[in-house]
Amino acid sequence: MAVSSDTISAVEKATKKYKYGFITDIETEFAPKGLNEDIVKFISKKNDEPSWLLEWRLKAYRQWLKMEKEEPKWANIHFPEIDFQEAYYYAAPKSDEDKPKSLDEIDPEILNTYNKLGIPIKEQEMLAGIVGSGNVAVDAVFDSVSVATTFKSKLSELGIIFCPISEAVKKHPDLIKKYLGSVIPQTDNFYSALNSAVYSDGSFVYIPEGVKCPMDLSTYFRINAAETGQFERTLIVADKGSYVSYLEGCTAPMRDENQLHAAVVELVALEDAEIKYSTVQNWYPGDENGKGGIYNFVTKRGACRGNNSKISWTQVETGSAITWKYPSVILQGDNSIGEFYSVAISNKKQQADTGTKMVHIGKNTKSTIISKGISAGYGQQTYRGLVRMQAGAENATNFSQCDSLLIGKNCGGHTVPYIDSRNPTAEVAHEATTSKISDEQLFYVQQRGLDPEEAVALIVNGFAKEVLKKLPMEFAVEAQKLLGVSLEGSVG
Amino acid sequence: MGTALQIKNLHVEVNNKLILKGLSLNIEHGEMAAIMGPNGSGKSTLASVLAGKEGYNVTKGYIKYLGNDLLKMPPEDRAAAGVFLAFQYPVEIPGVATSTFVRTSLNAQKRNRGEAELDAMQFLKLAREKAKQLEMSEDFFQRAVNVGFSGGEKKRAEVFQMSMLEPTLAILDETDSGLDIDALKIVAEGVNRLRDDKLSGIVITHYQRLLDYLQPDTIHILAEGKIVKTGDKSLALLLEEKGYQGIDGAN
Ligand SMILES: Nc1ncnc2c1ncn2[C@@H]1O[C@H](COP(=O)(O)OP(=O)(O)O)[C@@H](O)[C@H]1O
Ligand SMILES: [Mg+2]
Repeated sequence: MAVSSDTISAVEKATKKYKYGFITDIETEFAPKGLNEDIVKFISKKNDEPSWLLEWRLKAYRQWLKMEKEEPKWANIHFPEIDFQEAYYYAAPKSDEDKPKSLDEIDPEILNTYNKLGIPIKEQEMLAGIVGSGNVAVDAVFDSVSVATTFKSKLSELGIIFCPISEAVKKHPDLIKKYLGSVIPQTDNFYSALNSAVYSDGSFVYIPEGVKCPMDLSTYFRINAAETGQFERTLIVADKGSYVSYLEGCTAPMRDENQLHAAVVELVALEDAEIKYSTVQNWYPGDENGKGGIYNFVTKRGACRGNNSKISWTQVETGSAITWKYPSVILQGDNSIGEFYSVAISNKKQQADTGTKMVHIGKNTKSTIISKGISAGYGQQTYRGLVRMQAGAENATNFSQCDSLLIGKNCGGHTVPYIDSRNPTAEVAHEATTSKISDEQLFYVQQRGLDPEEAVALIVNGFAKEVLKKLPMEFAVEAQKLLGVSLEGSVG
Repeated sequence: MGTALQIKNLHVEVNNKLILKGLSLNIEHGEMAAIMGPNGSGKSTLASVLAGKEGYNVTKGYIKYLGNDLLKMPPEDRAAAGVFLAFQYPVEIPGVATSTFVRTSLNAQKRNRGEAELDAMQFLKLAREKAKQLEMSEDFFQRAVNVGFSGGEKKRAEVFQMSMLEPTLAILDETDSGLDIDALKIVAEGVNRLRDDKLSGIVITHYQRLLDYLQPDTIHILAEGKIVKTGDKSLALLLEEKGYQGIDGAN
């Protein structure tokens, strides 16, 4: 996702406070407001789904109804009860009625939005945007429907499948049947059940045996329509000995009301396979008074199914009013590796309860957790992590490092590590620090010529460096800028 | 020539305690002034006030630099106007590479002054040249600012930053403390290399050795928040011989 610095600065100028806060004026087709079995059927029909998938959705929906009173309350986040009947569960750009056959048919307004976001959606632009190394193929989710997938042909030569999940259901039903819900069952939790019932689209990736995907694959999520929950679903399967790096970026326009985003991401790594999943999340965080913003309640989990497989989650979370998110790894295969690298910012009235779960099942499994939490303004942040060593996890090791940085007096940082070890040969190491940006540091940096906001951005980037350097180059550049933008107004 | 820095009747409170009690000092363009004085007399306080640190309450007096009211300017504007402070205790900034820090600083100052910024290559060329002059290994470009630096390395890094930023008013707060004899010579040469008719300097020190290298134009004794004596090089020698007790008003 090569966002050019020109684009960033142009957009920054256009909307100083939240640089992605524009709304695209296109006709949108909604399903009726509210949630019931008819809506589930409507969505399934819109996607022209086979009956097994409709049944699968309905099972999730019925389970969700039973769970409704069990909306998770254990997280350290506070918000008024969500009225699930007051939202729209399906919104597709109108022009999608008669499915676009090529990029030329896509509503120019949509392309314009992507241009503003700096997404090189046209292949020509893609190519023009490539400087030397990193190629990126983009599958853009505009509200609920994947609008276009670039670079498809180049990937298909290698047998790589990268397409909207709705399309995969039709073209690759065996893969979908085998893997959908295999890491996160429909009824895993309240929000995953909701997602399973009403997800409208998302991305599917399959990397065949022995193939190293030659470019980063990317989905760019964007919530456009008002009062629309976005429930996308991502499924990535890396077959034996394959490799893929996947980038997920998100933005949403500024709106007064809160919008719910409840995504599900499932990763499956077979023997000797590796998946790198990177996220830069900058959903609209709400204003200074906590009005508006995205509720980001996401379930992400990867399964290292084969021996010697590896899954890394890297996330930079700067947006959303509320974030509730624990990208996890189930380490089933012997010698498999799970990693979680996270930078999260809570400024203004943002709340984040985020962390990871590493569940060690196989022998010699290894996990690393590096979490950097930054709180400013009235932001509240909790790192919540679980490391479990199952009885069979001989010689498994975990290393966790959770650092919190506080800016100002009104914010909070909390660390809640759970360790559950049932194997005496397993080793778990946990380190945690809490620090503040000191007046001495700020003065030192200002004395060298930086204004207070630049000074904070520099210090914060240093604090987060261990994680930022795990991001692919073009993502890292954007992430660094985002950290600065997200902390505007946090000092002085 | 002409006056570059003018400090008049400066009274400064820190935490409601009066530290500087009517300090006056003029420094000409191109002048190198040394300030000596007992521990706790207010030398670092003066340096902090000049650089614009918060929490220093000026209750009386003024500071003019190049005709501007320095006390009205935020620290970053003072830096862009040429004020550089080599800290007595340089601060650590974990995770920020020294080269990134200096480049960000230099370009922020240039932006502030409406000058063209240096690109990565131009910067690297300049940084290598300066590091070589100060006999510093380039390894430290990638090390986090002052993190794990020895006392001497920190002081040398301050002088490196100074030579990169090319100030017009350099304040060196005990930059010689913690340096071995060889390092002291290199650092002093680094300072001398910057000297021209535009650079004014304030050198805070306890030791004759640095002054031998720098050959300051004037020497001021600061005691109990005031300049109690001003003279030439011979004043430092007198001090070396007799201590502060030997100087009127300085004990
Ligand atoms: N933050 C502060 N709060 C209270 N007193 C301070 C503070 N900083 C310095 N002082 C006091 O101010 C006086 C001068 O300190 P300083 O300027 O550091 O002296 P010097 O550099 O000459 O040794 C000392 O008495 C010191 O204790
Ligand atoms: Mg001092």
